Amino acid sequence: MKAIEVRGLTKRFGSLTAVEDVSFEVEEGEVLGLLGPNGSGKTTTIRMLVGLSRPSEGDARVLGFDLSSGIHKAKRGIGVVPDSSNLYEELSARDNLLFMAKLYGVPKGVREERTEELLRAFGLFERRNDRFGTFSRGMKRSLTIAAALVHDPKLLFLDEPTVGLDVVAARSLRDLISDLHHRGLTIVLTTHYLEEADRLCDRIVILVKGRVVAVDTPRELKRSAEEGSVIEATFRGATSDHSADLSARLPGSKVVVLDGTRLKILGGDPTRVLEELVGFSRSHDLGLEAVNSMRPSLEDAFVSITGLSPAVMAKEKGGR
Amino acid sequence: MVRDDLRCIYEIAAKDMRTYYLKPPAISWGIVFPVAWTLAFYLRSPGDFEELVPGLIAMTILFSTTAAEAVVINFEMRLGTLERLLLAPVSIGGVLLGKVLGGFLFGLLMTAAVTAGTALAIGLRPDLTILIPVAALSLLVFSSMGALFSVGFKEVFEAQTFLNLPRFLMVFLCGVVYPISAMPAPLQFISQLLPLTYTVEGLRVAFSAAPSSPLLDSIVLAGFFVLFIFPAMRLLRKRFE
Repeated sequence: MKAIEVRGLTKRFGSLTAVEDVSFEVEEGEVLGLLGPNGSGKTTTIRMLVGLSRPSEGDARVLGFDLSSGIHKAKRGIGVVPDSSNLYEELSARDNLLFMAKLYGVPKGVREERTEELLRAFGLFERRNDRFGTFSRGMKRSLTIAAALVHDPKLLFLDEPTVGLDVVAARSLRDLISDLHHRGLTIVLTTHYLEEADRLCDRIVILVKGRVVAVDTPRELKRSAEEGSVIEATFRGATSDHSADLSARLPGSKVVVLDGTRLKILGGDPTRVLEELVGFSRSHDLGLEAVNSMRPSLEDAFVSITGLSPAVMAKEKGGR
Repeated sequence: MVRDDLRCIYEIAAKDMRTYYLKPPAISWGIVFPVAWTLAFYLRSPGDFEELVPGLIAMTILFSTTAAEAVVINFEMRLGTLERLLLAPVSIGGVLLGKVLGGFLFGLLMTAAVTAGTALAIGLRPDLTILIPVAALSLLVFSSMGALFSVGFKEVFEAQTFLNLPRFLMVFLCGVVYPISAMPAPLQFISQLLPLTYTVEGLRVAFSAAPSSPLLDSIVLAGFFVLFIFPAMRLLRKRFE
């Protein structure tokens, strides 16, 4: 059975079209990643699917209920973790979970047990009586996820779950998401961290400027990028000021500036790329130090599909 | 769906009572301000205190319901917690009514305390069959008015500032400070457009032995409730479009 079926979903805000004719499906038990830069329509798509925003056109079925007429019923089986940890600062961890359980109509006898179970599972039991406002960012994120699970949903939406977390907190959260997946929960995840999508998702929908540009498994997306070469070159001198020249020399390739002295060249004939790299290095006196041919990563697939730099995408959200 | 809404309305109101209303700032606005105001009038003419009681109760209703109601929705929209409520199986109308019920219940507590206190202190015996419906309708009206201002402005301080305009206009023109019949005609006209005027009139009937009916006041108050709650729902829905 399909957990979600999206058909031609469109959202307009005045003259701005945030999401345009988006269609995809999510199988039960699947982790689907919505991948794209800021403004690509990921969050708007999720907001429509959880009933926070009405689509301008198109429709969707969520857990078998039409978005237009049955979202209220669907909400009983949906858990949502928004991109900000928006529980009540003045309530304790326990009271926040109990309040959410009451909103979802979790029976009185089950509420306390479920709350305690979640607090223990998320390592927050010792801090159960502390106010949410006193928690660290990682703890707030964990409790926000716990709150989304308090009514035992079948479908979980996670909007940028690891944004703003330190490396350790982000890793433990990814482990937790994997664990939820293994327990059979259907998960829709938005992220702009490519490695996160690669690790967690069964399939990925890539959105750019509100449109779906690719839907496939991470493996297939990477395979599609394998058709072209991926070459990484390291120079002694700084290359960023001259990358436009290299792009002009290699019209069939995409030049990505990795950092001051490293460039990645996607696509094109490898022999030609090597020749041009040598010529480029000489003409700008950059001192070519190393050239490596690589297997494409999801990041490379993303760049070749969207033409966007993943570094720019990460910067947009202050990412790692 | 109705059952879900009713449950959420109650839970939201109960949570708001704990987190916003039963706190010193709301209590001080709800009780201290009307009491201080009435005390000032009492000190001017101590013999007329009985006449001030309906005004004192009316102002308690006004300030206790609007004290926090005018900011809670706005505040929660900024924090994102209102959005969190809307993720639950509840309609936008249900969330708004939960917020209004929170203001209503707090106002009810404050009003009951002030009414019982003054009635016992000076031996007044109001007609409860009039007092209760007039007070209940008024609590709903001013709670929904606070909600409308809270939804209508993006900043918390804007909602508070702009709400003070009708709030103090009502205090001066409702007939408590100065009799409406003695006001210039334009002010008399304006006073008839203000809900607090009907609250005061209805409460005066409840506290007087006169056999007059507060039916018209109650109907007008019910009309004001509709006038505030539906635009508030519409505005809130629009904020989430």
